Amino acid sequence: MTERFLGKDLLGLEPLTANQIRFILDTAEPFKEVSERTIKKVPTLRGQTIVNLFFEASTRTRISFEFAEKRLSADTVNVAAAGSSVEKGETLVDTARNLEAMRIDMVVMRHPSSGAAQFLAERIRSNVVNAGDGTHEHPTQGLLDLLTLRDKFGRIEGLKVCICGDILHSRVARSNIWGLLKLGAEVAVCGPASLLPLGIEDLGVTVFRRIEDAIQWADALNVLRLQLERMHAGFLPSLREYNRVFGVTVERLEKAPREMVILHPGPMNRGVEIDSRVADGPHSVILDQVTNGVAVRMAVLYLLAGGRPELAEAAKGSGGEANE
Amino acid sequence: MKPLLIRGGRVIDPSQGYDAVADVLLVDGRIAGLGSGLGAPDGAEIVDARGKAVAPGLIDLHVHFREPGREDVETVATGARAAAAGGFTAVCPMPNTDPVTDNQAAVGFIVKQAQAAGAARVYPIGAISLGQKGQQLAEFGELVGAGAVAVSDDGQPVVSSHLMRMALAYARAFDIPVADHCEDPTLKANGVMHEGLVSTRLGLRGIPAAAEQIMVARDLLLAELTGGHVHLCHVSTRGSVELIRRAKEKGIRVTAEATPHHLTLTDQACEGYNTNAKMNPPLREAADVAALRAGVKDGTIDVIATDHAPHHYDAKEREFDDAPFGIVGLETALGLGMTELVQGRVLTLPELIERMSTAPARVFHLPGGSLKPGSPGDVVIFDPEVRWRVDPTRFYSKSRNTPFAGRELAGRVVRTVVGGLTVHRGEVA
Repeated sequence: MTERFLGKDLLGLEPLTANQIRFILDTAEPFKEVSERTIKKVPTLRGQTIVNLFFEASTRTRISFEFAEKRLSADTVNVAAAGSSVEKGETLVDTARNLEAMRIDMVVMRHPSSGAAQFLAERIRSNVVNAGDGTHEHPTQGLLDLLTLRDKFGRIEGLKVCICGDILHSRVARSNIWGLLKLGAEVAVCGPASLLPLGIEDLGVTVFRRIEDAIQWADALNVLRLQLERMHAGFLPSLREYNRVFGVTVERLEKAPREMVILHPGPMNRGVEIDSRVADGPHSVILDQVTNGVAVRMAVLYLLAGGRPELAEAAKGSGGEANE
Repeated sequence: MKPLLIRGGRVIDPSQGYDAVADVLLVDGRIAGLGSGLGAPDGAEIVDARGKAVAPGLIDLHVHFREPGREDVETVATGARAAAAGGFTAVCPMPNTDPVTDNQAAVGFIVKQAQAAGAARVYPIGAISLGQKGQQLAEFGELVGAGAVAVSDDGQPVVSSHLMRMALAYARAFDIPVADHCEDPTLKANGVMHEGLVSTRLGLRGIPAAAEQIMVARDLLLAELTGGHVHLCHVSTRGSVELIRRAKEKGIRVTAEATPHHLTLTDQACEGYNTNAKMNPPLREAADVAALRAGVKDGTIDVIATDHAPHHYDAKEREFDDAPFGIVGLETALGLGMTELVQGRVLTLPELIERMSTAPARVFHLPGGSLKPGSPGDVVIFDPEVRWRVDPTRFYSKSRNTPFAGRELAGRVVRTVVGGLTVHRGEVA
């Protein structure tokens, strides 16, 4: 087997080096083109079996992974928690052992508990890709956000990026913070203090209490989805007030001193954390993020399978390169 | 019963400020003599304790033995046997069994199971409220009559301040402490570890230090109001230590305990989602550990107690969110105390023995904790220097859930004697 650039698993961006993150982004570049072809398929992962294990509802991430896998010619199986043995009380460790017994190559897992991806990775030989674990990390989302910013600005280093909203419960926020900091960006967060985790400043990020201040400072805003159930748990009074105080609106963006780029991991609550005119407006790169998601996930799967970044271009055409 | 003469050890008895090389004689299950050059009575077993420490048996005010209810995880017999292996001659099991130990028959059952075990003495703790539901007081008088030495709803806080007030007031008739697990349930919510930088990084829901301190402050106010004796279980934060210190200065009747793990580990032990570092209260920060150590040193924290909490390995082999709180502690407590506190120059060896034997006896009004003639013949002999590696597969406890597996510790039990009978002999190193 060739040298692995990523190790066995992709569990988060915190454990990765800046070089590893750059490798993934660079590897994603040639894979972007595959999705633009009439025949959107390369033989890179032919014969590999990948299980998409989703213990939480997901549309975008699951479909994006599935497209990435299919465009690399892997055989894929989707398992949702509802209707599976999990509902019958099977533990995660037993689920993992049973999958392993079927001789699979990779597992892509979304799970409501932080640390579940690492738990699985330590117990099976297959590669594990974290597709979101609790409020811990969502590394491929972080990577596609990085790729989108790099496309737009031509660099990450020195960029000022503010992550807005419910940082406390957000795995997207954590992956973005690690990825951006490692690549030399300046990172801030902005949201109601009731939704900011304790000690967030110690990660090396600036905290803005007011969205107006964040807009004055930032080159790009990554606007997080506000989970509607947070109100009932007492974290904030109402969605209406959230929009009034923290919402990213055209009126607020007009006061920005420079061109602003708006990201959102989706699904959006239009009129809550982001106004429709912003989401659909010229600042928005939200659909570019979705497009980049497939390329980044192809790159991750390719690299975990043992592929080399410098051969990614060649891998698009010829099969088997990943498993020499 | 043969007399037992323990010869030539370093005898440490904090109850009388004794620390010298001497002999200890046990006759008819009691301490019969302490001094140098004691003669052996006819038929006495003679133990050569040269190079060893000889002390009153350790006493643990806070254990969970899971019987009745979860005998697959621990029973009174296996718990008492694990205690003996750890140098403990008396332990106090908490009442959060299934069914709850909230009536005289339930207390009597535990006493009976302990007698059959023939290991460490077992002094049950009764529930504060029926079913530990926090609604109606249990019958303290009948609990005490059956052998309970304190009351507690441990595992659950006493949420109602009114009920806690009544418990403290009512307990005065029996002169027993009311032991509280201090936790504001709305602040703890579904938290799984200490709230701080580590929980933020791991994305795990946090339990703020204030969740404990609010209840500590409340209990201190209620102890002052009632004149009752409140005993605060497993204190974990620097703020709690400060509150207790001030209350003691005011003369409020409060005693407190800290666990070996809160005295030696921080929330960083949760890295990698280690479920054996998941406990309640959670492991806190370095500044909390330092404050707890200072509190144990100056007597603000009276007692070291293990909160021995056995769990099946399947239960800990889970996602961090789903794993139960707690670790076993009886068989590592002395080693941790010797290694981290004595060799770490926090406590002297006599101070460690005081916090693990003499003080617990005083706080719960138990016999033991002393080598004065006439005291129960409860003695631990241990080698304070020999180093050993923690191997959970060799525990006498039924459970293996410890974050200290593989850790090298100093201080190994050579022999544990309860009522003049040897209940544990250590393996030769």
